[in-house]
Amino acid sequence: MDLNTLWFALIAVLFVGFLVLEGFDYGVGILLPFLGRTDDERRGIINTIGPFWDGNEVWLLTAGGALFAAFPHWYATLFSGFYLALLVILVALILRGVAFEFRSKHESTRWRSFWDGALFFGSVVPALLFGVALSNLARGVPIDASKNFTGSFFDLVSPYALLSGVTAVAVFTLHGALFLCLKSEAPLQERAHALSLRLWPITVGLVLAFVGASYVSTDLFQRLGVNPGVAPVGAAAALLSVGWMLRAKRHGWAFFMSAATIALSVATLFAGLYPRVMVSSIDPAFSLTIYTASSSPYTLTVMSFVALTFVPLVLAYQGWSYWVFRARVTRAHLEY
Amino acid sequence: MDALFLHRLQFASTTLYHFLFVPLTLGLSLLVAVMQTLWFRTGEDTYRQMVKFWGKLFLLNFAMGVVTGIVQEFQFGMNWSEYSRFVGDIFGGPLAIEALMAFFVESTFIGLWIFGWDRLSRRVHLASIWMVAIASNISAFWILTANSFMQEPVGFVLRNGRAEMVDFFALVTNPHLWVQVPHVFFSGLCTGAFVVMGVSAFHLARGTERHDVFARSLRMGVVAACVGTVMVMMAGHTQAQHMVKAQPMKMAAAEALWTSEDPASFSLFTVGNERERRDVFSVRVPSLLSILAYNRTDGRVEGLHELQAQYVAKYGPGDYVPPVALTYWSFRAMVGGGVAMLAMAFLGLFLFYRGRLEAPGRYLRVLPWCIPLPFIANSAGWLMTEVGRQPWIVFGLLRVEQGMSPTVSAGMVLTSLIAFTALYTALLVPFLFLMRKYAFGPAAPAHEPAAEPVLAPF
Repeated sequence: MDLNTLWFALIAVLFVGFLVLEGFDYGVGILLPFLGRTDDERRGIINTIGPFWDGNEVWLLTAGGALFAAFPHWYATLFSGFYLALLVILVALILRGVAFEFRSKHESTRWRSFWDGALFFGSVVPALLFGVALSNLARGVPIDASKNFTGSFFDLVSPYALLSGVTAVAVFTLHGALFLCLKSEAPLQERAHALSLRLWPITVGLVLAFVGASYVSTDLFQRLGVNPGVAPVGAAAALLSVGWMLRAKRHGWAFFMSAATIALSVATLFAGLYPRVMVSSIDPAFSLTIYTASSSPYTLTVMSFVALTFVPLVLAYQGWSYWVFRARVTRAHLEY
Repeated sequence: MDALFLHRLQFASTTLYHFLFVPLTLGLSLLVAVMQTLWFRTGEDTYRQMVKFWGKLFLLNFAMGVVTGIVQEFQFGMNWSEYSRFVGDIFGGPLAIEALMAFFVESTFIGLWIFGWDRLSRRVHLASIWMVAIASNISAFWILTANSFMQEPVGFVLRNGRAEMVDFFALVTNPHLWVQVPHVFFSGLCTGAFVVMGVSAFHLARGTERHDVFARSLRMGVVAACVGTVMVMMAGHTQAQHMVKAQPMKMAAAEALWTSEDPASFSLFTVGNERERRDVFSVRVPSLLSILAYNRTDGRVEGLHELQAQYVAKYGPGDYVPPVALTYWSFRAMVGGGVAMLAMAFLGLFLFYRGRLEAPGRYLRVLPWCIPLPFIANSAGWLMTEVGRQPWIVFGLLRVEQGMSPTVSAGMVLTSLIAFTALYTALLVPFLFLMRKYAFGPAAPAHEPAAEPVLAPF
């Protein structure tokens, strides 16, 4: 495996980490106004992700930094091309981040419901837009010979992309509901369980529609071939098993399977892209690849040492932090 | 308005806003870590209350720093895509390392610290705040590594139409980096110290309950401020000496030195005509600039006219003089703020030795009004170093207008500029409201039994 491929795989790993981890805390944020009936319940819901959301969001920052370091042209084309979408994501993430910190610092119903709203908005909007963005990566966008995006914001919001966004919202919401089943106590946990049971078939339906639309709109299927490999089949199997685990009230397994669904779907997308990183809808020759978009071999070598040293460390202490806070959130443990 | 101006305005304003919170995070995280260490060692409730009180302010500020920091990382690609393509091979590395080495540690351990009061052993909980403090300062190191390349490019070759890294070691031993890091580190300490001093003085003057908490905080703040201000000035001095060699144009602009002088005089107050590049009125101290630059009474410091001629010969036709008035006045605001802080810090030390530090008096009443000083100095210093780099985005290699995103229209930048300005301004309302409530409000620390499960926020 050459360094460019290694870095492509590392970027995929960072996006998998980001979407699996931040996926459930977006889901929890989306469910906040629907599942929390009292202020204490809403605090309880927020506290299930309280120690984790910031660390989860850093997966996105690291993915961005790694793109910049390993594939500067990918970073430059993607970030300048998706300018307005990223602006909206940034506004949402800013509101979300301060909402965690500000919400409980003042006793006032209006104050708290405002920040609850900010948390909901800050969770649903990025979930939707990351879904939109990923589908555009798969489908291709207008990119010219000088690696620049020549389209407009409206090229990014096709019906296919919107379907992808809505599907992402559904997947993350289900993922978040399953996380709440694991981390909360009755009666909240019962509500989360009931909601998960209702969300699951909707999510399956949306994913089916999205897969069908992807067959029409992208070249992923042609590239994956008749034997698509482990990732997409595994993703489908994992999603289907979620419903079964839920009925058996095996919430740990259900959550693990929804995580696997997200991870394997992202892996499928990246496998379908490889070796391209930005697909040009104007001319396949204009597509950016892991070779035309990359940094120099020297930089990739330096960064490989850095990444292979620090990523395992990150996994270790983040894993430890999940272990420290493995207990369900009870009334006595509200911080935010 | 043209797109370039809007790109620059947005980057400058979002960076300055972000940099209001960063130095306080750097300094206050260390002070809180020290307080918690003292609590760990002594078990005294005073220290515990100090950790709780300052920790709350720290977290509010930290949150603002985190969320405005996301924008910073995205903006290079969004607004400066040609710049990103040109320097990505070098510049992206420190950014990725910053995320991997610092952001992950910070974000994970801040969660452990906030939620770990009764779930971690006291030792591990203490280690968590130290991890946050160290990681914050490590993150400053890496972003300054990236910034230093823009000021003084090292360890690269021009190849494939871009700057490519050939020596990572040169990047992290960039002389610019090693004069900048101590300056930023100690200005962070000053910022933390002056916030602690100002707020403590307010409570001591008002006679808030728990006099012990604020008296001890004030003493700690004064000590930190004395160390911080002296070190900032020494670091600043080495920085200026390095600037004369590495970026003489920035120095000349910061001094409004139109023509070369030997020995060079230091401007106390200059009203200049920037278009004709000459003095209208100027009060100068003879030889002082030479002393500052070389530690001796003579020595040539290049002026703007001579440097402009040299740069034209070297880089081709063009205007290589940065905005002089802005560089000059931000330099003075920074130094002025620093001198005022130094005076207040040592006045505090003097009063401390006289045993009158905590006694109600003029000193305690003035200190809260000194809280803006470090913020003014920080912003002015940042402004000076970045404006003084103009017209380059990477000194000597790429000009600012060559770095912007070609496909992002002026209308799009205007949209984002308005969005960020509106959002950042609006956020100040709840932020300052909470800061006021928790720093100056009646919610003073109370005697609480340590073992009780914490129900209140944080």
